[in-house]
Amino acid sequence: MAKGALLMSRALRFAPLGLLLVIIAALVWRLATPADTNVHSTMIGRAVPNFPPVAATMNTMDFGSSDLAKGRPHLVNFFASWCVPCIAEAKVLDVLKSRGVSIYGIAVRDRPGDLAEFLERSGDPYQLITADPQSDVQIAFGSSGVPETFIVDGSGIIRYQHIGPIEPDDVPAILSKFERAR
Amino acid sequence: MIAETGLAALWLAAGLAALQFVLMILSLRSGADLSRAMRSIAIVQGVLTLIAFAMLLIVFARSDMSVALVFENSHSAKPFIYKVAGTWGNHEGSMLMWVTILAVAGAFLAILARRSGERTLLAALGAQALLALGFYAFLLIASNPFARLWPPAADGQGLNPLLQDPGLAFHPPTLYLGYVGLSIAFSLAVGALLTGEVDSRLARAMRPWVLGAWILLTLGITAGSYWAYYELGWGGYWFWDPVENASLMPWLAATALLHSINVLASRGALKAWTMMLAVIAFSMSMVGTFLVRSGILTSVHAFAIDPERGTFLLGLLAIYVGAAFVLFALRGASLKEGPPFELVSRETGLVINNLILSVILGIVFLGTLYPLFVEALSGEKLSVGAPYFDAVAGPLALVLAILVGIGPLLSWRRETRPVFKKLQVPALLGISALAITIILWPAMRILPRAGFTIGAYLAGASILPIVGRNPLRAPLATWGMVVAHFGIAVALVGMASNAAFTSERLAIARPGDILTVGPWQVQLSSVIPTAGKNWTAVEAELLASRGSGVISLAPQSRYFSDPPTQTSETAIRTFWNGQLYTVLGREDASGAWQLRLWWKPFVTLIWAGGALIAIGGALALTGRLWRLVWRRRTRPESGWRRERYS
Repeated sequence: MAKGALLMSRALRFAPLGLLLVIIAALVWRLATPADTNVHSTMIGRAVPNFPPVAATMNTMDFGSSDLAKGRPHLVNFFASWCVPCIAEAKVLDVLKSRGVSIYGIAVRDRPGDLAEFLERSGDPYQLITADPQSDVQIAFGSSGVPETFIVDGSGIIRYQHIGPIEPDDVPAILSKFERAR
Repeated sequence: MIAETGLAALWLAAGLAALQFVLMILSLRSGADLSRAMRSIAIVQGVLTLIAFAMLLIVFARSDMSVALVFENSHSAKPFIYKVAGTWGNHEGSMLMWVTILAVAGAFLAILARRSGERTLLAALGAQALLALGFYAFLLIASNPFARLWPPAADGQGLNPLLQDPGLAFHPPTLYLGYVGLSIAFSLAVGALLTGEVDSRLARAMRPWVLGAWILLTLGITAGSYWAYYELGWGGYWFWDPVENASLMPWLAATALLHSINVLASRGALKAWTMMLAVIAFSMSMVGTFLVRSGILTSVHAFAIDPERGTFLLGLLAIYVGAAFVLFALRGASLKEGPPFELVSRETGLVINNLILSVILGIVFLGTLYPLFVEALSGEKLSVGAPYFDAVAGPLALVLAILVGIGPLLSWRRETRPVFKKLQVPALLGISALAITIILWPAMRILPRAGFTIGAYLAGASILPIVGRNPLRAPLATWGMVVAHFGIAVALVGMASNAAFTSERLAIARPGDILTVGPWQVQLSSVIPTAGKNWTAVEAELLASRGSGVISLAPQSRYFSDPPTQTSETAIRTFWNGQLYTVLGREDASGAWQLRLWWKPFVTLIWAGGALIAIGGALALTGRLWRLVWRRRTRPESGWRRERYS
């Protein structure tokens, strides 16, 4: 009995140490695997949300959700003239376009004049552009920022989400994902 | 040259810390008298870190852009006070400040401590040196504040505008003094565990340090809470943000320690428990520093996201806390407990106080780290916020507040007097408050209602220890306790009032529109541009009135250029019965402005209560130090001095 109590009290005295080790292990794990702060869309595998075509500038053609389910896959790129990484991304999108990827743009919270200037300066890889003045389409896609890119297959199902600008290194991966969506 | 002087001072201090630690081991093993050398080294080490810190202050004050840290965190156009305060508004500078406080506290320990046994003091100085050594290594290897930039930049990148506030000058230094003050309690506990001299003498030597650190933590948390309240513009005083919790946890541990140390000092009981708390209190400070400095938890405070530094700090934490826990596990059993006590006694009261504080500490700790554990085990992401903390810690804190009224009335060892009779008047106050809230505000939620009830009861109960005795003859420490406990009641009423009676108004307004919030009619009269030294802003002129007289408020939406950031400068007007709190938001496409208005009745009582708690602590500390000086004057050649100089 007394011996049991002694063992008990010894175990108790080592308890703080055990607790510390558990905590340190959790903290080490966190340091080793930094938190993913991206917001992942829950729309992957689902049909694109409904949205109407809205003219973005005087010279661009617009598209609505129905245009995304016509048998061919598309890259849907959320961008804006006020978005600095989008300037760098435009060149990479040009490369994708030259590889036969059809890119539809959604201009988030933009003004026609600014957008026209952006397309002239940074290049225009987009087949069609729709305006999204209040971020409604963006939110419906489950996107939380610009630039973000979705791959939509021929039957209008969202297959893939790329968060942040597409870098030159990402091109092969995007191309293969795009091929798979055909 | 200035930066190099600072760096050299830091290296020297690190060398001395290593020497001090080695001397500690030598003296404990061989019994050689190295106390004079160790004391001198501790003092010189403190002076050297002060020199290093002064050098960093100078390069910041002179905007010396050849120092990388100044370039990254300052700008020549900043107001002078923020150039100076910017010294610790960044990772390296704040870690240098931490080490400086650690070393200076060690120096003061060497000068002042005379109450604990000589061997315990030397062991504590050695432990303090080892603590300092780890943080010197961290600075010199992973976060050199004096690194040069070549070629020197033309101008700096500026300081985060949220930090360009007088709060920065006081909030971090106060908290750090509190955090690091607890290191002395830690070192004394480690020293006493090493020598086995855990007794009331040790407790009396440790008590002023714990009290001092606790006062500063209380002030730091209270000031930080008010800073967040007016600077962030969210209208709240506590967000259960991980870093707020990181400052609350050492405070909770220090509060428990502050109470248990009295049992050890007066009765020689709770030895192992008090040593454990002393270790935990500083461990929590290090956890807090780690959480802020590694940036691993999402928080408004996460400044530096740097895994390498995080790993270094985590290593230090594991070594120090782990070693102390091992020491505790090995030596804790040999501690002989003091005399026993009855169930109804002040000892029991303080044990219950400690239990509840520890449980609250556990709740806060679990809630802060729970998302991390869950994600590590299951990959699932979640966050723990106010609903958990309020619901779990809130009721416990209220139970504690009830007991705060009873504990001080109990006598040591055994209570035979009819103590509960004394509580009739406070109980009546509480019941009256409850009745009033039920009659006037039947829809009030349970926590605020309980807050008013218990606040009213505690306001009465807390002053009982000085009722019926000559107030001038009551010891200052008793006065301190009464003021601090009364402060809890005041803060409780403030929180209850804020929770129950705050009115909020969010609106889109055009110049000329009138909005109603609480008893106030607020008119947006105009929105005009304005500018300061390093910012431009739009400023709203609001005219507010409740019946008679009109006051004007001018909340701003500020734009800082270096670095480009937008901040809300709230406009707050304080009245005896509450605060009118206004925030200007953005302009919409049609030329109307977002406005957020709050009327917060008696919200100021929250911080007034916090200040009272700190003042109570200060009174107690003054009383303790006064007695210390008085005793020394009557018996000048006491303790180790007598031994050495005789």
